[in-house]
Amino acid sequence: MSWQPLLDGLREAARLIETGDREVIEITIRSLQTASLGTLMAAIVGLPLGVLIGMRSFRGKRTVKIVFNSLVGIPTVSLGLLLYILLSHSGPLGFLDILYTVPGIAVGEAILVIPIIVSFVASAIESKDIQLRDLVRTLGASELETSIAILREAYSGVSLAVVSSFNRAFAELGIAMMIGANIRGVTRVLTTAISLQSAMGEIGLSLALSFILIAVVLTLNFLISFLQRGG
Amino acid sequence: MKQRNILIIAVVVVIALIGTSWYMLRPNQKENLIVSTTTSLYETGFLDVLKAGFEAKYPNYNVSFISQGTGLAIETAKRGDADMIMVHDPNAELAFLNGSYGVDRKIIAYNFFIIVGPQSDPAGIKGLAPLDALRKIAAAGPNGSALWVSRGDNSGTYSKEKALWKAADLNLTQIKGQRISGTNNPWYIEAGAGMTATLQLSNQKGAYTLSDIASFLKNSKEGNIQLVNLVQGGKEMLNVYSAIAVNPQKVTQAKFETAILFIKFLVSDEGQNLFGTFGAQDYGQAVFKPWITTYKTNSDPTLIQWVKEYAFFNGTECPDLYRYKADDLFS
Repeated sequence: MSWQPLLDGLREAARLIETGDREVIEITIRSLQTASLGTLMAAIVGLPLGVLIGMRSFRGKRTVKIVFNSLVGIPTVSLGLLLYILLSHSGPLGFLDILYTVPGIAVGEAILVIPIIVSFVASAIESKDIQLRDLVRTLGASELETSIAILREAYSGVSLAVVSSFNRAFAELGIAMMIGANIRGVTRVLTTAISLQSAMGEIGLSLALSFILIAVVLTLNFLISFLQRGG
Repeated sequence: MKQRNILIIAVVVVIALIGTSWYMLRPNQKENLIVSTTTSLYETGFLDVLKAGFEAKYPNYNVSFISQGTGLAIETAKRGDADMIMVHDPNAELAFLNGSYGVDRKIIAYNFFIIVGPQSDPAGIKGLAPLDALRKIAAAGPNGSALWVSRGDNSGTYSKEKALWKAADLNLTQIKGQRISGTNNPWYIEAGAGMTATLQLSNQKGAYTLSDIASFLKNSKEGNIQLVNLVQGGKEMLNVYSAIAVNPQKVTQAKFETAILFIKFLVSDEGQNLFGTFGAQDYGQAVFKPWITTYKTNSDPTLIQWVKEYAFFNGTECPDLYRYKADDLFS
C-alpha cells in the first residue's frame, strides 16, 4: 500500500518518456541549457582562477581556499534570493533585464558553481608535483602555456570539477525558482516543475519528473566517463 | 586518443554555446505580460486556462504568471518585476492603491472560503456559523480535542483567517502561545506553506483549517485529502479576487497597455465565461464565480451587497483617484 506512490511514479516516468511528452522534453532541454551554459560561464571564470590559486603561493592563500571551499555549499535559495534583489527591476543590475529568463538562471547557476571549479582545480593542481611546474617553466613556456600544461596534467581533477559543477547546476532548485519563477513555457525547468507539481499535490507526476532528472544525470555522467575512458 | 576526446567535448560545448546564444539572441516576437498572483489561483490550474484563452484571442502576447502568495505578489509588483497583480486581499489592495503602485482595480471573481476538518469532527462544528465554529475550536484546542492548521504566510487566505479570529473576539497571539494540556505542543499549527501543502498537513494531522473552495475540491478529487467541508457560507467567508494594473507613472517599466488589455479580457464576457465554467466538469460546480456577470444580471442581490461591503472602497471598486487611462473599463 505504501509503496504505491513510488511505483506509480516510476510507471508515470516510463509513460512520459515513451510517449515523448512535449512539455517534459521542453523542460528537460531547458534544464540542460541552463546547466551547461552556467557551467561553461563558470569554467571560463573558474579555471583560470583555480589555476592561479593552485600555482601561486601568496599571503592569505589558506584563507582564500577555505572561503571557496565553504562557498561550494552555499544554499541555493539564499544565493537565488540575493541575485533576485540585484537583478530585480528596482535593483542595481535591473537594467540587464535578465530576471525571469533562461540566461538569468544560467548566470545564477554559474555563480553557484564557480566555487566548485575553483576549489577542485586548485587542489588538483596543488597535488601535482611542484617540480613539474618548474620544469615546464624552465622549458621556456609562457605563463599561459604553463597554465595549460598544468591543466592537462591535472586533467582528471579539472574534469571532475566541471562534471560536478554541471551536476550541481542541473539539479539545483533555489536559483531556478528565485530568478526564473517557474514560468510555464519560459523558465520552467525540471526542478521547479517538480516543486510545483508536488505543491499542487500531483505526487505521481513530481516523482516521475524526479526519476527522469536522475536518469538524465546518470546517463550524462556515464557518457562522459565513457568518453574519457576511450582515451 | 586524449586529443580526440578533447575534440569531441569541444565540439559539444561549441554546439551548446551556439545553440544557447541563438536562443538568447533570437528576437522575442511576442509582447510579454507578467502577472503576479496568489497560490490559490495557481495551484488549481485555472491560470493555464486563462493564459490559453487570452493568447488564443491575442496571439502576439505571452502571459507569464508568477505565483507567490498575495503579499509577495504585491511586493514583486512594487519592484517593477510584474505588470499587474491578481490577488484576494482587499486591505492589501487598498494599501497598494494608496501607495500609488496600482491603478484601475477591477473585481473579477469571487467564491467562498470554507472550514474543513476530519470526518470525525471532534470539536463538533459541522453546520455552524463560521465565527461560532472558530469559538468552538478555540475552546476545544487547549484540551487536545481539536487541532488547527494555519497557512502562516502572508497570503490572502491567511489575512482572511486572521480577520475571522478577530471577528470572533479571539486573540490570535494568545492562541498561538497555547499548548495542549499536559504537553508542549501547540494546537494551533503554522504551516508556512501554500494551500495544497497546508491541506495535506491538516489531513495528516486530522486538523481543521481554512481553505478556499477551489483548492479543497481539487485536492479532494485527486484523493490527496480525506478532509470534509464542515462550515461554509456566510458573509464572513466571502473571497473576492481583483486585478490591479501596476501604475506606470510610478513604476516606469510596467507594461501598462498590455496589463489593461488583459484586465479587459478578464472582465469581458469571454473571460468571465472562463471563470464561470472552470471546474464544472471536474467538480460538479464552478469554483470561481464570475463577478461581472453576477453584477450585471443582478442574479444574487444579497451577495452583491456583501461584496460591496467587503471589497469596495468608498462605495466603488476603484475610486476615481486611482483610475488612469481606463477607457471604458469602469462604465
